[in-house]
Amino acid sequence: MFLIYCPYCEEHREEEEFHPKGQAHIARPADPEACSDEQWGDYLFFRDNPRGIHHELWVHAVGCRKFFNITRNTVSYEILETYRMGEQPRFTAEYPEGKPAEAAAARAEEVERQEGVKA
Amino acid sequence: MSEQTASWYNLYDARPQAEVPAESPLAWSYQHSGRPSVGEKSRVVLRERALAGHLILRGGAIVLDEAVRQVLGVGLPGRPNTLTLDESGERSIQWLSPDEWLVIVPGGEEFALEKRLREALGDAHYAIVNASGGQTLIELSGDKARELLMKSTPYDVHPEAFPVGKGVTTVFAKANLILRRPTEERWELVLRRSFADYLYRWILDAGAEYAIGVEE
Repeated sequence: MFLIYCPYCEEHREEEEFHPKGQAHIARPADPEACSDEQWGDYLFFRDNPRGIHHELWVHAVGCRKFFNITRNTVSYEILETYRMGEQPRFTAEYPEGKPAEAAAARAEEVERQEGVKA
Repeated sequence: MSEQTASWYNLYDARPQAEVPAESPLAWSYQHSGRPSVGEKSRVVLRERALAGHLILRGGAIVLDEAVRQVLGVGLPGRPNTLTLDESGERSIQWLSPDEWLVIVPGGEEFALEKRLREALGDAHYAIVNASGGQTLIELSGDKARELLMKSTPYDVHPEAFPVGKGVTTVFAKANLILRRPTEERWELVLRRSFADYLYRWILDAGAEYAIGVEE
């Protein structure tokens, strides 16, 4: 059994129900006519192949049939998070331990408390 | 062109007025693979609710919920993988995806229901598809029904993981179907027409050790 969390069904489902669909967060150029051949070729054909954290597009093919994103470690194959379309990943190459948003909030709170103590 | 909203639609009654014999997707399978009779030893019983009305609703939850409450008298299940039934238990609405629901009503009601829903929805952004001809519903009951499911699907069908009122689309014997549990003893399987014969034969084979019987 290998279970993947579907952010739309809000539960873990068997891997058989999912299909990978390649790299995530590929933005189509806003004005294709203004692109050079190289830019357009990069957009259409060229994909990253990182060692480590990679963001992928998956589809829950036998289920809700929704597309969603997975952050996966290509070395350990560990799935770090799954998130809905339009959302931003928490784990990135810069922040392999998770974006410091929550950590920063916690730290800020701590600082505030200390300052409170000082005052 | 963009000025015009979809205020018109084509709505057909898929059931002919003339006496044309209608057959369920399993009609051929019953002849070809037979129907084991229900006996005292049968610990799994299969029953088909043939030729029911199946409608797929798509659109925003709030708009659809209002229309469905008005027309059917029951609310749209808002939580993922849930199922609501009306008081008689004959009509059901199931969550399929964040913008998609399956309504199953007794056969013959679906045309009038679709019409009333379209009237209630007016100019809202939605889609209704009559899928009655594309799928069929079978029920499994008996004390070994859960064991039969455990042999066939990777989904956890333990009562704790699969309480009454839950319904999922999942893998079943390498095909896929909608599996749901409207009551404590009864499981419902919504099969696609093209998979119906294969799944029927799979279920007969898997149920052989429990002396599965098929009700007429």
